Amino acid sequence: MSLAPATIRGEVTIRHLSKSYTLDGRPLPVLDNINLKIRSGESLAIVGASGSGKTTLLRILAGLEDADGGEVLIDGKAVSGVGAERAVIFQEPRLLPWLTVLENVAFGLDTRGVSREEAKARARRYVQLVGLQSFENAYPRQLSGGMAQRVGIARALAVQPEILLLDEPLGALDAMTKIGMQQELTRIWRDEDVTTILVTHDLEEAIYLADRILILPREKNAAPRLIEIDLPRPRDRSAPEFVRHREELLTLFGLH
Amino acid sequence: MSYENVNSTLGADFRLASRPPAAPRVTSRLNALLPSFLARYGLVLAFLALWQISSTQGWVNPAVFPPLHTIVVALWDSLASGALLDDIAISLQRSGIAFAAAVVIGIPLGLVMGQAKIVEQALDPLLQFFRQTSALALYPVFILLLGLGETSKVFVIFWATLFPILLATIGGVKEVDGKLVEMARTYGAGRLTIFRRVILPASVPAIFVGLRLSATTALLLLIAAEMIGANKGIGFQVMNAQYNFQIPLMFAAILLLALLGLIANAVLVLLQKKLCRWSQPNA
Repeated sequence: MSLAPATIRGEVTIRHLSKSYTLDGRPLPVLDNINLKIRSGESLAIVGASGSGKTTLLRILAGLEDADGGEVLIDGKAVSGVGAERAVIFQEPRLLPWLTVLENVAFGLDTRGVSREEAKARARRYVQLVGLQSFENAYPRQLSGGMAQRVGIARALAVQPEILLLDEPLGALDAMTKIGMQQELTRIWRDEDVTTILVTHDLEEAIYLADRILILPREKNAAPRLIEIDLPRPRDRSAPEFVRHREELLTLFGLH
Repeated sequence: MSYENVNSTLGADFRLASRPPAAPRVTSRLNALLPSFLARYGLVLAFLALWQISSTQGWVNPAVFPPLHTIVVALWDSLASGALLDDIAISLQRSGIAFAAAVVIGIPLGLVMGQAKIVEQALDPLLQFFRQTSALALYPVFILLLGLGETSKVFVIFWATLFPILLATIGGVKEVDGKLVEMARTYGAGRLTIFRRVILPASVPAIFVGLRLSATTALLLLIAAEMIGANKGIGFQVMNAQYNFQIPLMFAAILLLALLGLIANAVLVLLQKKLCRWSQPNA
């Protein structure tokens, strides 16, 4: 949809990133020396058992938490805190219940000082992109879970970020809605020029959506692993290659 | 349609004798509304009927519980002659000033206290202490400090109405979903924007709970304040009518108070519906 700019846009470099929490007065390492380069426009999925630090990693990338050591570079520049080049989609839609669908989608544009007229026009376009044009004036309580999450996705896309950070965005949806939304995300990502980093506990979702999958180990002394998913889109969940990747991942988690 | 069919089987005579077709439709709508009306107001009507019958039949002393129609007549007479209008005006002024002051001080203070942990921690024990102390118990203190005039009356109402508003506002702010605040942060919202666009609108329903509680409290305290050292006001009239044994007038003043309370609550409910359309189930 938007033109590819000449400069590199949406490239993320993670260097020696470490983070630990304090539990009962003792440090509990969550992330230990993570190094990774995410290419411009790439979709990266981060999987791992609970406690592997995948959500913490995403929150550090979003600027919602600080790392203890190491740094995050975006397009070559070290960043700290939140930034206009990143947008976050959370597991819950986190819509403001007193705003209509259209006003919610325009929220991120309002806070960044985009003029009211332009914000509305842009919001309208993204409401349309997620197929909710007939619900523009509805309030969040009138929406189903899947529809509310679409509004959250539209709100994030409307600020036209270089990097989209997704924290188990489809985790709370039922299986049918989830598959539909995965297909829709593939379509949206094809049209929008954006790097996506997706945290998920759903291995099939990771294979369906990502170019590469980062697997975070639970034991901090083990190294994280990367798997390349080189399949054409839209992906066929029953294709032998797809199934092979799933078995590979299940084996890695000791489930196969 | 079925109505027409019934008529044709009954023959032309019945049709001539029957009312125009609009009338049965009204009756049938009334029939549909009647059960819900009775469910809502049936007990009130039964209570009023019981009062009227027991008073006129002499089951209770009609000097203490006069028949309803004498109360209504007393209310009407005192309103039509303008005798009660001055009292209504002064009562509305006292509770209005006190309530407005409580709103103007309570809401902003609550918004600050709800957000600033240090301020809230420092003020909370004091607040809890004052809240547990009945405003009426403090009224003699206020009279000592401010005299027996208007100031102490307005102040005691203000004091009692301040706390429901203040505590509801603090509660509303503290209950704001931190996840929404975090979402706003990721879109670059600063403290002021977060306050204006997330915390304030999210607190409005809780603030209204406090406002409605305070409006009721304002009328309660008004009467108590007017029963001590006042020579005007609805509360004064209740006492005065009792002293002079004008029992229908006493009940008329009590009825007036109840109506004022209902009106105040209705106005606030209407305002709340306007401001919080998003939280109404059927808006």
